[in-house]
Amino acid sequence: MNIVIIGNGITGITCARNVRKLDSNASITVISGETEHFFSRTALMYIYMGHMKFEHTKPYEDWFWKKNRINLIKAYVKSLNSKDKTLHFDNGESIAYDKLIIACGSVPNKFGWPGENLHGVQGLYSIQDLEQMERNTKNISSAVIIGGGLIGIEMAEMLHSRKIEVKMLVRENFYWGNILPREEAQLIGKHISAHGIDLQLNTELKEIISDDQNRVKGVLTNKGEQFECQFVGLTAGVKPNIGFLEKHELETERGILINEYFETSIPHIYAAGDCAQFRNPKPGEPAIEQLWYTGKMQAETLARTICGDKSAYNRGIWFNSAKFFDLEYQTYGQILPEINDQQKSFYWEHPNGKHAFRANYSSKDESISGFNFIGIRFRQIIAEEWIREHKTIGFVIQNLKKGWFDPEFSKAFYNDISHSYLQSLKSGNEE
Amino acid sequence: MKDISLSIASPAAASPLQKAGAALTACAILSSIIAAFGAGTSNPLLFFFLITGLFISGGIFYSIPYFKAQAGIKNDGIMQNSLSSRGAIAWGIAILMTGFYIILYWFPYYLEGLIRTMDPLSMMLRNKASDQWFLYGAFYTLAVLIMGMRFIAKYKFSRYHIIRTISVMFFQLGFAFLLPAFLLKLNQPEFYFSYFWPLKYSYLFPNDIDYLIQSGNLGVFMVFWGLVMTFIATPVLTYNFGKRWYCSWVCGCGALAETLGDPYRQNSDKSLKAWKIERWMVHSVLVFITLTTALLWLNSWKSGTILGDASGLFSQWYGFLIGSVFSGVIGTGFYPIMGSRVWCRFGCPMAAILGLFQRFKSKFRITTNGGQCISCGNCSTYCEMGIDVRAYAQKGENIIRASCVGCGVCSSVCPRGVLKLENLEEEGRFIPYIRHEDKK
Ligand SMILES: Cc1cc2nc3c(=O)[nH]c(=O)nc-3n(C[C@H](O)[C@H](O)[C@H](O)COP(=O)(O)OP(=O)(O)OC[C@H]3O[C@@H](n4cnc5c(N)ncnc54)[C@H](O)[C@@H]3O)c2cc1C
Ligand code: SF4
Ligand code: SF4
Repeated sequence: MNIVIIGNGITGITCARNVRKLDSNASITVISGETEHFFSRTALMYIYMGHMKFEHTKPYEDWFWKKNRINLIKAYVKSLNSKDKTLHFDNGESIAYDKLIIACGSVPNKFGWPGENLHGVQGLYSIQDLEQMERNTKNISSAVIIGGGLIGIEMAEMLHSRKIEVKMLVRENFYWGNILPREEAQLIGKHISAHGIDLQLNTELKEIISDDQNRVKGVLTNKGEQFECQFVGLTAGVKPNIGFLEKHELETERGILINEYFETSIPHIYAAGDCAQFRNPKPGEPAIEQLWYTGKMQAETLARTICGDKSAYNRGIWFNSAKFFDLEYQTYGQILPEINDQQKSFYWEHPNGKHAFRANYSSKDESISGFNFIGIRFRQIIAEEWIREHKTIGFVIQNLKKGWFDPEFSKAFYNDISHSYLQSLKSGNEE
Repeated sequence: MKDISLSIASPAAASPLQKAGAALTACAILSSIIAAFGAGTSNPLLFFFLITGLFISGGIFYSIPYFKAQAGIKNDGIMQNSLSSRGAIAWGIAILMTGFYIILYWFPYYLEGLIRTMDPLSMMLRNKASDQWFLYGAFYTLAVLIMGMRFIAKYKFSRYHIIRTISVMFFQLGFAFLLPAFLLKLNQPEFYFSYFWPLKYSYLFPNDIDYLIQSGNLGVFMVFWGLVMTFIATPVLTYNFGKRWYCSWVCGCGALAETLGDPYRQNSDKSLKAWKIERWMVHSVLVFITLTTALLWLNSWKSGTILGDASGLFSQWYGFLIGSVFSGVIGTGFYPIMGSRVWCRFGCPMAAILGLFQRFKSKFRITTNGGQCISCGNCSTYCEMGIDVRAYAQKGENIIRASCVGCGVCSSVCPRGVLKLENLEEEGRFIPYIRHEDKK
């Protein structure tokens, strides 16, 4: 079996590794135009900030690929011919496949803002973007970031580490307000401001202003304010990187359309990771999953199907994590910005504004549906078990210690949290 | 692909306070050199205060920005800084430190002036003039205290780091510097209660034991202490807490590595090859020292008849090769190039024994939190023992490695809170995380 994978990101590589584990005879080839070897995209910020070099972000040593007989090709796939099952590269070469896996990832969103193609304006996704950012931010003093999401805050931290002044334009009332409940968003917003980032809430980009050399010299907001800057970071989300499939009959919408087996509209072609879009996502789940974790889980499932054990994707209980400057954040289950009328929510925050806890639960049977932890590390297996087994909020609060994952000797807050919960019960009863 | 980091400009320069700190430290080194050339002999007290004063104030100035900053990971610019990324400054420091060791071991007369600056302190503590080893001990302790303060400032968000650093500072100052000096003053054997066989290999050699026993009750207690620590405390403590109870809480070599060596921890080699070399070397040293000890006892039992002087020679060579060259010259002198724990990783027989316990019979592990790892590589990069922590974490496996000294820095630098050092039941510590949906 000749398996060809487009993309050497977490999805493509996890697929290749798992196929190799299940089938020692398959021929496996991974193609990528970005880098020769797999690296961790999530660590891009640390290269810029000088915590690591590029080589540190490679999860496997370079001999690994040969030893596991995973062929690597560095080239961009220009076109796909699904009739004779071949791929054509930008360098004129081509390759044939029996089974094709497309895991080509994302590119930063652009929304047709005036000036979005000026020098000094860019997104951050690839290693080439990082190199460009290096050039674009050399000897500059101020920058504006458009979009208050996870990549935006990473970019802010990167620029901040080089003593560049940063303004962030955020469309919502609060930082990451489309994902986080108001309290968490406010807490994180304060933390970001304490690090010297100027958060401009309720603000949208109207135009990026150019100097006479086609370089950015400032931005204009929808409120009519003008901010001077020499760099603009576009971080309003990402979208599937499927430009090379534009003229192809493969069915796409925003991403490559797939079913729960990662099968596309054409036999023997599969897609997974950031570039894939589920035709029929389960209720409450997004059609496109743009995460490291989901890329990995999707690829593990797909590898089984490829090797003959047809398996449907089940991503299990939702989880995610991030870090905002020095604040760690973990979430398990489902926490939306607002609860619905069948839910209740308990929130606790430490007076120092660096630790917070939220649990959402059903107002009917008190069963737990999700957690947010800020400045607290918590065991994933415990949080998931409680959600899966519909434990009640009372049980959860009493047993928080079981899942506590903060380093030894740190101050633990489970007693404070349970205190605060009992308090809230009392005051609730009195009302 | 080319090394991206090469194209990266250096980040904003160090703060003025840190520059002042570096300048003061440079002055301290300069004063030491002037003292060594003779000025220290004529003005010992003046140079003593000048040198220690400059070192301490340099350390304070250097640490202030850490104390003032927001609590959190402070690794900005490490890979672009010449000092911490094997640049010219790193090589300069490596040459300086290695040179110091070479002179100290083999040409101490060049340090005469510097040794004399320690006379007042030495007289006060031990009733005895200073010598090269007292000078070394004083500098060593000073380095642990000053750089320990910097470490505490840098990791002020973590009580684990604060407490264990105070612990190594305490053991270095109290048990490895003041107490042995004080024992000398009382005409007792100079004994280090914080070092045991096989690190302090001679403590189980027949000669040392004879000498201690003959020196009186305290000497007998010292022999007893040494035996208990080696044969009872070491296995029991390592079973319960892992090797860290010694390597990053008590040991003086660990103390220097964690404090003076911290700026260089990222330079340890993480490759599989380095791991192979490490296992060969460190276990060979252990076999060698165990053999030496056994031979010496055999020899003494047969009153020196079977081996003659050979066993003595054997131990002398060990002392020279391992005790001096390896632990000092390479172990410390090469910090800036090979990372801070070269000795602990490749040469220390104590680490080898503790490691065997830790790997095969201990409650200690670094737990990986489910599937949370994003493979970023911070943990592996900052592991001073060169453990590829990420290789385990990204598979959902706990990290159980003989060499892990439990410094906890991998856990601190992990941006997703994936790692936790802990002592739990021994059972199940090797079982990896499997997603509930994948369990069959
Ligand atoms: C700065 C940053 C931080 C992030 N942090 C987190 C985080 O903390 N947690 C988290 O869960 N997620 C995070 N993400 C998202 C996560 O990195 C992505 O979801 C994940 O990398 C997607 O993996 P993938 O394998 O699907 O695609 P990719 O990693 O994008 O890999 C696709 C590869 O295919 C190559 N390719 C594309 N088209 C072609 C072609 N035609 N020919 C040849 N090669 C091609 C691309 O160049 C790329 O190398 C972050 C993303 C960024 C950019
Ligand atoms: S694995 Fe972690 S705790 Fe162990 S030595 Fe390395 S960094 Fe320290
Ligand atoms: S630092 Fe944390 S997230 Fe990064 S590779 Fe290590 S364990 Fe994984």
